[in-house]
This record gives sequence, C-alpha cells and structure tokens, in this order.
Amino acid sequence: MKKDLHQNALEPVAGNGLLHRRLFLTQGAAALGSGVALLAARNAAAAPLEVPATMKTPGVPATGYGERSHFESKVQRITNGAAPTLGTGGSRTPLEYLEGIITPNSLHFERHHNGVPDIDPEQHRVLIHGLVERPLVFSLDALSRYPLVSRIQFLECSGNSAGMNAPEPAQQGAGGLHGLVSCANWTGVPLAILLQEAGVKPEGKWLLAEGADAAGMSRSVPLAKAYDDAILALYQNGERIRPSNGYPVRLFLPGYEGNMNVKWLRRIKITAEPTMTKDETSKYTDLLPNGRAEMFTFPMGVKSVITSPSGTQKMQGAGLYQISGIAWSGSGKIRRVDVSADRGKTWAQAKLDEPVLSKAVVRFRLPWRWDGGASVLMSRATDETGSVQPTRAKLIGDRGPNYRYHYNAIQSWNVTPAGEIGNVYV
Amino acid sequence: MSTCKAIVVAIALFASAAAVAQEGPRLGAPVSPADIAAWDISIGPSGAGLPQGSGTAAAGAGVYNTKCIACHGEKGAGKPSDQLVGGAGTMHDAAPVRTVGSYWPYATTLFDYIRRAMPWPQPQSLTPDEVYSLTAYLLFLNGVIGETDVMSATTLPKIAMPNHDNFDNAYHEPRRR
Repeated sequence: MKKDLHQNALEPVAGNGLLHRRLFLTQGAAALGSGVALLAARNAAAAPLEVPATMKTPGVPATGYGERSHFESKVQRITNGAAPTLGTGGSRTPLEYLEGIITPNSLHFERHHNGVPDIDPEQHRVLIHGLVERPLVFSLDALSRYPLVSRIQFLECSGNSAGMNAPEPAQQGAGGLHGLVSCANWTGVPLAILLQEAGVKPEGKWLLAEGADAAGMSRSVPLAKAYDDAILALYQNGERIRPSNGYPVRLFLPGYEGNMNVKWLRRIKITAEPTMTKDETSKYTDLLPNGRAEMFTFPMGVKSVITSPSGTQKMQGAGLYQISGIAWSGSGKIRRVDVSADRGKTWAQAKLDEPVLSKAVVRFRLPWRWDGGASVLMSRATDETGSVQPTRAKLIGDRGPNYRYHYNAIQSWNVTPAGEIGNVYV
Repeated sequence: MSTCKAIVVAIALFASAAAVAQEGPRLGAPVSPADIAAWDISIGPSGAGLPQGSGTAAAGAGVYNTKCIACHGEKGAGKPSDQLVGGAGTMHDAAPVRTVGSYWPYATTLFDYIRRAMPWPQPQSLTPDEVYSLTAYLLFLNGVIGETDVMSATTLPKIAMPNHDNFDNAYHEPRRR
C-alpha cells in the first residue's frame, strides 16, 4: 500500500486533480520531490536576504492581556448591515481566516435579541424552581465550587446559512454564508447535579431557561437533554465566557440549535409541558410547503464547508493546494468527509485531523493539484449515525425554501480559470 | 465478616460514593415562593401565572399608537420590525407571511412576550392592564376576537389561535438505556 502510494502519489484519486489524503503525511517531500522541483523551477528567484530590523531593536515588553498582531486586524467578525432595532442581530465568525477547530473568543459568532447586558457576577443569581422539591438560588461563587466538566463542542445558530435558501447564490465568503457556527472548549457545571439537589418532581418533563438580558430570552428544553449532557457554562476556551456569549453563565446544550443555549442564564423553571415561548413558536419553527410547521427540531444536522479555497478568495496560480475545511454534527462524531473537485461527479475521502470529537468541529484536509481550469469544489460530511449531508437541491426539494432554519446542504465553490472563487448552486 | 456481609458493605460503599459524586456540594440557597414572584414571569399555554388585570382592543390601540407603532407600523402592518397582523391563509404560499394571526399557535405567548420584551427600549415597563390591552388589540386586528372582548387571566388561555393545529412536535423522548 505504501509503495503504491509512493509510486502513485501524484496520480489523482478523483476528478480534476484530487490527490490521496495521506499524500502530505506519509511521503511528503519524497513523493512530491519531482513536482515541487518543477514548480520551484518556474518561480522567480528570491531577493537577497537581509537581517530584519526586529533583530536589531528590543521588542515591546510583556502585557497583562494579550492582543493579536496588528497585521491581523483585518480579521473581523462579519456583520450584515444594521438590524432594524439596535441590539438585535449578530455577527458571524470569519471561517475563511481561521484554521484548526477552536474559534478564538473574540471571533465567536454572536446573536442577540436585545443587546449584550453588562452583568456584575457578584449580583447575578441563577434560580431553579417550578416542579421541584426545593427551589434554590445559586450565586456565581457557589456555582464555581461545583464539579466542572470541560468539552470541546460546536455551537451553531439554527438560522445559519439561511441565505442559501435565496433563489440566486449570494456572493459572500465562507464566514458570510455559514459563519453562525463556532467551536470552543466549554467548561461548566453539569445541570443534572443542580437538578438533583433541587429535587425534580415526577411530573416535571421540561424546563424553561431564561436569560437576564433585555429580551428575557427564553426557551423550553426537554429534561432528558438536561440530564444527558447539559452544562451551565462558566468558561470559554479557558477564560470566563465573554459577555457576548452569556457572561457570567450560559446554558450549553451540546449539538442543539444555538438559540436554546440561553445566555446570561438567570432562571430554570421545571414544567410539565413546554412553555411555548415566542422563540419556539413564532420563530425557530420550520414551515413546510404543505403549510404545516415543525417545532422542537433541536439537533443541528451533519454539515461541512470548505474554508480554503473558498468564496471571495483567489487562487494563486496552478499547482498543488491543500483543501481545508470544517465539519460538524449535532448527533455525534463526524465519521468521514468526502471532497469533489468536479461538481460532485467523483469524490475522494479527506483526512480528518485529530481530535475527532462528538458534537465538535473537526478539520478535514485533502491535497489538490489545480490544473488552472474550471472546477467546482464541494465537501460532503457523514456522521457516526450514518446521516449524510444532502445536496441543496435535495434539501430544498424535500422541505421548500421557507423552512428558514437548519440549513445543512453541501456548499459548492466555483473556481474559474482566472482563479476567482464564488458561491454557486449545483 | 462473612463473604455475604462483605459484599453488602462493598455495594453500600459503592452506592454512596456514586450518590455523592452526583450530588455536588449543595450550595443552593433555599428561596420562598413569595421571593420568586418578581422573576417568575413566564406564561405557558395553560395561562398559569397570568396576573390580575384586564384589557380590550380599544384601550390597546392607545398604548400601541404610543409605544409600538414606530417599529411595527400602523395597525401592526410591520416595518421596520415584524409584521404582526394579516397573512392569513398564506402558509402554503411561495412567500408566506408569518404574523400573530396567521402563524402563532398560542395567545398566551403574546402576553408573555410583550410583558418581558416590549416595548423594545423599555422592556418590563408595561402594567398588566396595558399588556392585556395590547394582546387584545393584536388579536382583534387579526380577527381572532371582537373589539370589545375583554382579555384577562380567565379569557386569554381559552383563545383558539387560527394556526394552532398546523404545528407538529418533532421532539421525541429518548428511550432509557
């Protein structure tokens, strides 16, 4: 196998120049030797190397709270114009500028319903009441003394990628189209422990979670989910969660639509039935062409998107590229991601970077030798339950264009011979 | 100690260790129902928890034209924010118009949401009578109730919304492993 791979390393495994996923790993320089040499021979000679000024002058001292290089300041969350009401709306993660699987806290997507509250953790309280034996109030100091669990998991707004329902493809980048998803290391108190202390009565089947923001954002959550893997998150990538992500405490429901992960959590009321709040009836319900609507469609579907090369970027001449992207599923681990460079006619299996975690973003990669011709790049994820990311035609054919939420179809990037990359419907 | 007793003790020790691990440090402060009241603002479909007070569409029009019209337009026509009135029968259309009248399944949601979140610059500023009145006004504009019908803790939960029967619950309780 290794020998074959070595000999055929530069032979495409699928149409339009897709190469074997282990090419970069196993044979690296040896397998690529001849190709790299050919490419290098075509490149202009480098200028003479001079000693950089940074080696001749002391740098700046250490700081209390770090900032990225000012050369990276162009990497910003993406906002799609002003919302009709100040404080509503949100911002998207610029996926095409990021690598790996962790979203930096400053670039985690935001979605607010009436602004970000400025909450003093000393004053904040979390109430658990309703159908319980002992209504309890927790301070942040108290919550911080509970056993914590820490997991890397994605969070995706239910309305992510909704623009893809439009009849014509919007010309935006990966983040502009799909950036209402982020992935972080979330640390918090298992909700099951707190519920046990409060003593849920037998008739309690749901909970209402409510935020301390000016929208009083509230959602109903089945208690089965609360007992399974819900946490009251206190930390995001090691530091206290950001105000825009619910400081000082948010509900985190792995794999469930973002809106249910109530930020600035102040109250959990145990109920027998769902409360039927505005955001689980008039919004976040899925209208089908037959006029009926589905409610409580909680888990986010299996999904992937190529982030490099991707929309609004430009190819830098023919040659070897690494296709890189992210995949995730609200139902568990990603089992595989397949990539096509010929509009979905043929597919090659991508390599998944470790770690591959349940309900987390995974990074996939595949080498690609672009011949400089027309191409359409696509990625198709499959999760451990066997769910496969659908085509856009299939998704919209099945449920119509007014479903609005839970869009998880295959993204296609059109690459022109001029190297322009755009969003295209296949 | 007999083997049998040793096993019993071992099981008891294991069980108590597991229980402690599940329980946590018990740091919640007990709180009385009276001290919860100001926070307990959610209203479910049964209407439990609706406050005393009442209102009609006529009274609601006055509140609406003062505090809501800037965002939701004249008589709930919408713009810049959500359209609240009309759209009946458009749920099958290519461009369905989802409003309180055409889409919302429960009237209690109106009271809950107006009280907690509206008007946008001053949430939780309305009196129960004002919230009942606005609820009545929007239900009246959508043809759900009459202009003089009184909305209260008694009458509101009984309102049958036109689109109520067109929702399906997609969530199913997982089987216990």
